[in-house]
Amino acid sequence: MAKLELSHLNKTYSPKIIPVKDVSLDVDDGEFLTLLGPSGCGKSTILRLIAGLEQPTRGEIRIDGKNVTQHSPGDRNIAMVFQSYALYPHMTVYDNMASGLKLKRVSSEEIRRRIEQVSLFLGLGNLMQRKPGQLSGGQRQRVALGRALVRQPDVFLLDEPLSNLDALLREQVRAELKQIFESQNTPVVYVTHDQTEAMTLSTKVAVLSNGDLQQLDPPRRIYTHPANRFVAGFVGSPQMNLLDLKCEGKFAILGNYKIPLPGRMTPPPEITLGVRPEHVRLAEPSDTHTLQGKVILKENLGMSDLLSVKVKGAENQTLRALLPSDRPWSAEEVTLALPPDLIHWFDVETGDRLTSENLQPVY
Amino acid sequence: MTTTIRERERRTGWMLIIPAMLVLAFVYAYPIARSFWLSLFTENLGTQLQPVFSGLNNYGRMIQDGRFWQTIANTMVFTISTLVLELILGMGIALVLNQAFKGRGAVRTIAIIPWALPTALIATTWAWIFNDQFGVVNDILLRLGIIDTGINWLGNPAPAMLSVIIADVWKTTSFVAILLLAGLQSISNDLYEAHSIDGASPWQSFRQITLPLLMPQILIASLFRFAQAFGIFDLIQVMTGGGPGGATETVSIYIYATVMRYLDFGYGAALVVVTFVLLVAVVALAAFFLSKLRTATTGDA
Repeated sequence: MAKLELSHLNKTYSPKIIPVKDVSLDVDDGEFLTLLGPSGCGKSTILRLIAGLEQPTRGEIRIDGKNVTQHSPGDRNIAMVFQSYALYPHMTVYDNMASGLKLKRVSSEEIRRRIEQVSLFLGLGNLMQRKPGQLSGGQRQRVALGRALVRQPDVFLLDEPLSNLDALLREQVRAELKQIFESQNTPVVYVTHDQTEAMTLSTKVAVLSNGDLQQLDPPRRIYTHPANRFVAGFVGSPQMNLLDLKCEGKFAILGNYKIPLPGRMTPPPEITLGVRPEHVRLAEPSDTHTLQGKVILKENLGMSDLLSVKVKGAENQTLRALLPSDRPWSAEEVTLALPPDLIHWFDVETGDRLTSENLQPVY
Repeated sequence: MTTTIRERERRTGWMLIIPAMLVLAFVYAYPIARSFWLSLFTENLGTQLQPVFSGLNNYGRMIQDGRFWQTIANTMVFTISTLVLELILGMGIALVLNQAFKGRGAVRTIAIIPWALPTALIATTWAWIFNDQFGVVNDILLRLGIIDTGINWLGNPAPAMLSVIIADVWKTTSFVAILLLAGLQSISNDLYEAHSIDGASPWQSFRQITLPLLMPQILIASLFRFAQAFGIFDLIQVMTGGGPGGATETVSIYIYATVMRYLDFGYGAALVVVTFVLLVAVVALAAFFLSKLRTATTGDA
């Protein structure tokens, strides 16, 4: 049906405020792209640029090969779901959904047919004559989705659509969203700061920081191969351990312990070690490289415990480890093992991922 | 003896509300009741200012009183013209003031000044502006060659009415604008963005989003302005004194003249009662629509 292309998109408010710096992306039919990043990273601005609510300073937006950069929002055939839902409070659910179609002069019979179809799909049938003020948060959210779906647009844009829902409902709607958009076969651009949403919904994720595209990859690869220190720290919960370590020969030094650097890497004077808490495990007799440390904090997360450990000889470094609750360990001292193939290395200066053939884990 | 919390709260509630009720009773209820009572008597120079009970005679006289009906008509013309003009102009000003531009705060403050000035002062100024010999309006029109000889604005019936309407619109439009501006600011910008993505033009957004969502403020502004314009006294009294030949005489001015000039207290009271009932009827009607509207926009019953 359509393909969304952004090329060298740039938005500058003033020489110092540049929310979007040279971003290029493609979203194909049926692809679900998530723009992920902390607040202020420019993800919402990109969405607004695609919608035409703002004009890029430089760059081009193409939908289905057609340059729409200069088109007004109404002429781009896109649908957007707002964080606030932006339902028209004085109109019924039916009129809210019909509004866009009426403006496009779709026949009232066709409007009725489409709304019936979508409302059946979303379970809105008995709410058609209600006003938004009479709906619960979850129902409003569904009406906002319905309003986008009846439009049958070339591109769907969603701006943090789940952030106003409570935790339980969010999980349920997230699953629904996945089903809905898997059936649409239309490019979807989704903005969120919630990595769980990004991981579960997307076919690919664009991680942004300060208007720069940090990494564009499928969610799995973002998790296993973070392109730099920022992505490594932003994606994954609990957060990845990131420790700046001195190097000696082919080893990085963590307290009393030496962690071997992967084979072909030329050791720099300093290096950043990254390892996810869930990959740190209790040492077994067969392990050759182990770390001993003192437990300073234990947080119970239900199915596992999150330990904060001070490694012997490196009192200013804290290593966090996610360990199954049912495994016994002494309350004060633990011996941990870091699986070498699950350690990430980053340049201390640039934060870039340091790779070597030996380093890359295979999945 | 023990009292429940509920009883004690209720007693406190009454104690808190009684002062306000007393004030309302003395300031509103008593004068109205007294006026109604007075309207059942004839008390004028003919009765040597002694009250003589005459039942509904004063009301009967009113039906025959051509001058009364003329003042009602004048009041309606003044009220409706100013109301419509102030709403249209006020909406325009509010829409402009709602946009982000440099110095918006200063402009908003300046906009409210006409409304804050004393009416008598404004009326005197406008009377001079419309003066047939030295007035600015005639001067400008003469220089532009639109007219050959100066118009006697305040000396002819239709121009006099036009003059007082213009003066009132100048004075009160900013009040309407500020009220509407408050309403505009409560409309989320998301709605306009969603509507523009739906393909709406600015005019369509104005009609389908702004107007319906602004209806409560429009109605409140209309209500305020209706009540104020219907009772208009000071501006017209100073500018034309109700003249020429009663062409700008409103109900308030007529009541004032009846009581203070002709010393006809009983008839004056009857005029007050009728005006009061008319006003209450309109206000009640507007309040009814307002509550309907609330239900319509928010869906809350």
